[in-house]
Order: sequence, then structure tokens, then C-alpha cells
Amino acid sequence: MRGRLRTALVIATAVGCVAGLSACAGWGGGASAGGQGSINVLMVNNPQMIDLQKLTPKYFTKKTGIQVNFTVLPENDVRDKISQEFSSQAGLYDVATLSNFEIPIYAKAGWMAPMDGYLAKDKAFDQKDIFPALRQALSADGKVYGEPFYGESSFLMYRKDILKSKGVTMPAHPTWQQVADIAAKVDKAKPGMAGICLRGQPGWGQIFAPLTTVVNTFGGTWFSKDWQAKVDGPGFTKATKFYVDLVRKHGERGAAQAGFTECLNDLIQGHVAMWYDATSAAGSLEAKTSPVRGKIGYAPAPVVKTKSSGWLYSWAWAIQEASTHKDASWKFISWASSKEYERLVGKEVGWSSVPAGKRESTYKNKNYLKVASAFANPTVKAIRGARPNDPGVQPRPAPGIQFVDIPEFPALGTQVSQYVSSAIAGQMSVSEALRRGQALADDVAETYRTREEK
Amino acid sequence: MTVTAKQPARARQGSTGLRQEGPPGLGGRRSRAFFGIIAWIVGILFVLPILWMLLTSFHSEENAATNPPSIAAPLTLQGYREFFSSGPWPPLLNSLTASVISTIIVLLLAFPAAYALSIRPVKRWSDVMFFFLSTKMLPMVAALLPIYLFAQSVSFLDNIWLLIIVYTTMNLPIAVWMLRSFLIEVPIEMLEAAQIDGAGLARTLRSVVAPVITPGLAAAALICFIFSWNELLFARVLTGTRAETAPVFLTGFVTSQGLFLAKVCAASIVVSLPVLAAGFGAQDKLVQGLSLGAVK
Repeated sequence: MRGRLRTALVIATAVGCVAGLSACAGWGGGASAGGQGSINVLMVNNPQMIDLQKLTPKYFTKKTGIQVNFTVLPENDVRDKISQEFSSQAGLYDVATLSNFEIPIYAKAGWMAPMDGYLAKDKAFDQKDIFPALRQALSADGKVYGEPFYGESSFLMYRKDILKSKGVTMPAHPTWQQVADIAAKVDKAKPGMAGICLRGQPGWGQIFAPLTTVVNTFGGTWFSKDWQAKVDGPGFTKATKFYVDLVRKHGERGAAQAGFTECLNDLIQGHVAMWYDATSAAGSLEAKTSPVRGKIGYAPAPVVKTKSSGWLYSWAWAIQEASTHKDASWKFISWASSKEYERLVGKEVGWSSVPAGKRESTYKNKNYLKVASAFANPTVKAIRGARPNDPGVQPRPAPGIQFVDIPEFPALGTQVSQYVSSAIAGQMSVSEALRRGQALADDVAETYRTREEK
Repeated sequence: MTVTAKQPARARQGSTGLRQEGPPGLGGRRSRAFFGIIAWIVGILFVLPILWMLLTSFHSEENAATNPPSIAAPLTLQGYREFFSSGPWPPLLNSLTASVISTIIVLLLAFPAAYALSIRPVKRWSDVMFFFLSTKMLPMVAALLPIYLFAQSVSFLDNIWLLIIVYTTMNLPIAVWMLRSFLIEVPIEMLEAAQIDGAGLARTLRSVVAPVITPGLAAAALICFIFSWNELLFARVLTGTRAETAPVFLTGFVTSQGLFLAKVCAASIVVSLPVLAAGFGAQDKLVQGLSLGAVK
């Protein structure tokens, strides 16, 4: 009897300990738990967001009393989770980071709460200060659904010292042919140094981000205005051939697997002399610990037939329609996307880490310009020059520069990108890759054609 | 780690077997050396990635990302500092809760079930065993969406008890099968002797059967603990900010912008520690349990 009692006591204590411990971890009821004073935020784990996570308790929660619980996940995981969360309107998260790709699509589906009411009341937020291209890209049907946390375009980054040592100067507005010629000249300028880094990793957001901007400026497009697939058309083919040839002849090692991170590493470690990619990379290149700090020059995105070719991308805050804490959510967004927050990051983390590229006022701030002088001007010009509704030489059926803003694009782009990546690896010809891509794109186009006929 | 710890034991056993059966002398020694070398190679192959991870976790982000790798780079605790400053305790405690409670429930349910399938088999016990096994044939991912939608409709998402239930159901068939294989080896005479001495069923299970199959219980508990501790797919979909587990938290360090290798390695080391500790703690019992069987 005594033994049994002792066993029961031991088990009860063990369970009690675990329960007690986990009570600190805060598990509890369903989605509706947690009072008005707390919101749940789901966001991508880019460095700017991690800074925000660290600054929130001291500078936001302390002032407003609103507790912010974060879930941070890598880009692909966060997209999966957000689409699952928003499409089922689970209401687990109040705020999520969405890009200008998802926002118009989600807005049409009615999964997000419009922000116009809050904007009208919150004069201090100063919506007019946000770049017009971003305001347009984050709205749908005349209503605002997203506020940018940071914005980016694309430009060409190059090693000034290497180009100089080869007697080459970068034109103020380079064309792709000029860039290819420079890549040939600076290739092997140092042992193990390639001419240029271009993404080759499969994924609609990897290789097809830079490649679609090249396609646009070569006169190509994914779809014509009347939903005809144009993947094997002359513009698309010429651009892809050019891109694949350039990266195969003068590109980085392991190009078929290189994405943003790999190219960033290559440029920082001196394995490449040039890189065409996101303007947000400049923050890392000019960081205090970077060995190439001050050695990088920045030129606008190279062109062929268009005046500009840079893309437009933004991670923005959106409020889920099913959220029960919309007012608190707006307060958080209004703080995170504010001028005040940019100044806070400048003071606490460093001016090169400011989530920039969204407000005109950022580029008038002397403290920011002092640190970002090398790339601030090219960045702001690239974002101002981006035309999401008219990125190429022909009218388009859907907005988007480096993507086509339709729900089918991630699947389509990723499949076609695998063929193009194989072409970079030398396992397939470009014509064959695009022939297969055309068949896939035509399937998508057909559903839109039949929908429009109805 | 338990795998590597097991390897030499197995190899020793193998070589002992050969020595007993084969002719003594050169051939035996050669094959022993051969198996010894194989065991070392396998052991090193298993440990090498973990050592690499350990080394990388003590490097700075810049040195961790170089190509070719810089092995002799200066060591730093930066990765660990960043991990511990990012608030890892709630997810770690959530993982601990889910793993420990689900393992306890699994053992409490599996032990009597295994008894009913081995020592005093119920009618058509083999069908029951097959039914248990068949639940593992369904791809787990197929159950994910129904569970998600069900949990959403009953407001049970982001709740650690949901994970405890899921992990219990996931691990129960394995535990039943494992415990049955141990119980089947308990000599029926022992049970009869206990009965003659006047012990009831509960007393027999507790005082006669349980001590004999302790290695089996330890092995089953460890397997269940490891499986629930490492589970990512369900945890990622079913949890949010409050019930987030350690593996989900760990993936948060992988970023598409900027360097992260050192941080991820440091985080992985810390997250692996409880499993390693449990493995080392149960090592004696495990070797006994997994390689020798229950009562030999």
C-alpha cells in the first residue's frame, strides 16, 4: 500500500513538474486566447525583421502595452504557412509579412483587412511619403492592403577596383551587351574570380527574379495581353540564351545552384567581380565587417529595349481579415513602418541596417545618406523608375515586373526555372527548356482565356 | 550517437561469433581486424558531420561561410550568444512537454496492449498487430490537412496538447510492436510462479514483468522521445506563437538573406543536447535492450 502511494506520488510530481515548466512556456487555449493587449505576428526571418523582433519589447510594448508574439520562418516556409493561415482564415495570426506578389491576389480573395480607415485617422504615419510605385503595388481595387516594411529594386553591383585594374569604366546606364563585354574582360582578373554572378538556382523567386527582368528588356514576356503564352517567343528566347550564355561563359562556380545568398557570399569573398541582384544586398556589402566595403560601385539595372529594367519588391505588413485585434495590429504596423522606427534602427543597430527603400524622407535623412551614400541614390532611382504595370515593350494581362501576378505563377515559374537551371548546368539546351516551358505556360494561359470568354 | 556507440558492440559480437565457429589463428584475427576497421570507418562517418557542426558552431559567420572551409579559424561563442539571446526557452520547454508527456502516455497505453498481444494473447492477435502496423503505412502528410482543419474548427490550433495527442498516436504502434517483442520472451513459468504466489494481474505486471523488460521499456521510451522531439512537419503546421517547438524555432535561423551557418550549427547543437543526454543516459539499457533481447 505504501509502495503504491509512493509510486503515485512520484508520477504525480513528475507530471506536475513538466506541467509547471510548460506553463511558463505559455501554452493554453485556442486561437482566441490572449487579450486585446497582445497580437501574433508571422514574418520572414530576414535580418531587418530580426532587428525588429529585438527592438519591439523595449520600444513598442513598453509604450503601448501591446505584447507582440513573433513567429519567424525562412522565406519558403513562411509563404506556405501564410497561405495556409490566410486561406483558412484561421485567425491564429493578426499580422503577417506579405510581398507585393501576394497582396493583390489575397486582397481579391478577401483574406485581408483594408487599412484606409486607419490611414485616414493616423496622420503621423504620412502615407504620401511612401514611394508611389509601392503604394500602387500594395493596393487593390483602390484600397490599401499592405504597408511596406522595406522595399527594393534591382541594380548592378561591381568591384570598382577590379574594373579599374583592367582599364574598364562602367557606363552610367549600361546595356546588357556592355555588361557581357565587361564580364569577359574582368573574368579571371584575379585567380578564381569570375566575371559576374547571376542567379541560377531553380525557383520562381530565385533565377526568374533577375531573368524575367532581362526578358522584359529584351522585348519578351510570359504572356501577351490576350493570354497567349510567349515563353518560346523570340524575346524570351533571346534573353534566356543571353543570360545562360553569359553565366556559363563568365559566371560564378556552381551557377546552377547559386541564389541570392551564394552570390552575396561570392562577391564578399572576391569570387566574382560583378553581380546583378536586389538593391537590398548593398546593406550587407557596405556593412562594417564586410571586406569589400567601399570597393563596390552601383549602376542601374542593365537595359536593351526599355528605359529601365529594375524589379520592384517589398515585404509589407498585412492584417488578416479574421483577426480579432485589428486596432492593436494597426498600431504595430504604424510603428514598424514609420519614420520614427527607421531613426530608431539607425541609432540602435546602425544606419546601414535601416529597413529602407519605402519612404521618400529616408533619402533626405543626412545620417542615413552619410552611411548609404554609395547606394542610396541608385536605389531610390531604381525604385522610382520601376513600373509594375508596364514593365516591358508590350501591354500585359497582369501586373508584375519580375513575376506575373497570378496565383499560378509560383508553380509555373518554379517548374520552368528547373529547365532553365538545367540549361545552365549544361544538361539541356535553352530551346528545349523553353519549349517545355511554353507547354506549361500555355496550360495556365488557356484557363484564363476560357475564363475571359465566359 | 547511440548508433555509433552500438557499432563496436555489434562488431565485437560478430567477431566473437566468428572466433568461436571458425578455425583459430590467422583467419580469425584477420577477420577481426577487418570488422574492427569497418566499425571504425562507420563510426567516424557517423560522427564526422556532428564534429563538423560542432566546429562550425564556434566559428564566426564570415569564417563559417568561406569556400574552401577555414578549419583553423579563431573560435568564438558568438553563435551561441545569438541563439540564447533570441528567446529559445519557450520552444525548448514546449518540446520537452510534448515529448515527455506523450512518451509517458505511450508507455502507459502500450505496456498493457503489448501484454494482451503476447503473454495472454487476445483472439486474432495477429490481425490486431497488423492493424497497428497498418496505421504507419498511411503517409503522415495525408493526415495533416484533416487534423489542421479539425483543430481549427474546435479552436485547438497552437495548443501543446494537440501535439501531445498527435505524437502519442504516431508513436503508439511502434511502442506496442517493440514492447511485444520483449514481452514475448518473458518465460511463462515466471508468470505462473507469480500467480501461484497469489499475485494479481496488476501486481504481476508491476513486480514481475516490468523489471524483466526494463531494457525494452527504456528502448521504447527513448525511441518515442526522439521521434517526438525531432518532429517538424506537424509542429510547423499546427503551432503558432505559443506552442512552437524547438525544431520549428530552429528553422527560423535559416535565412535567404545574410549569413546564418554558425548560428544554425550552434542552435542545432543545443537542440540536439537533450536527445544526446537521453541517449547516453539510457545507453546501458539500450545496448542490452536492442542487441541482447529481453531475458537472455
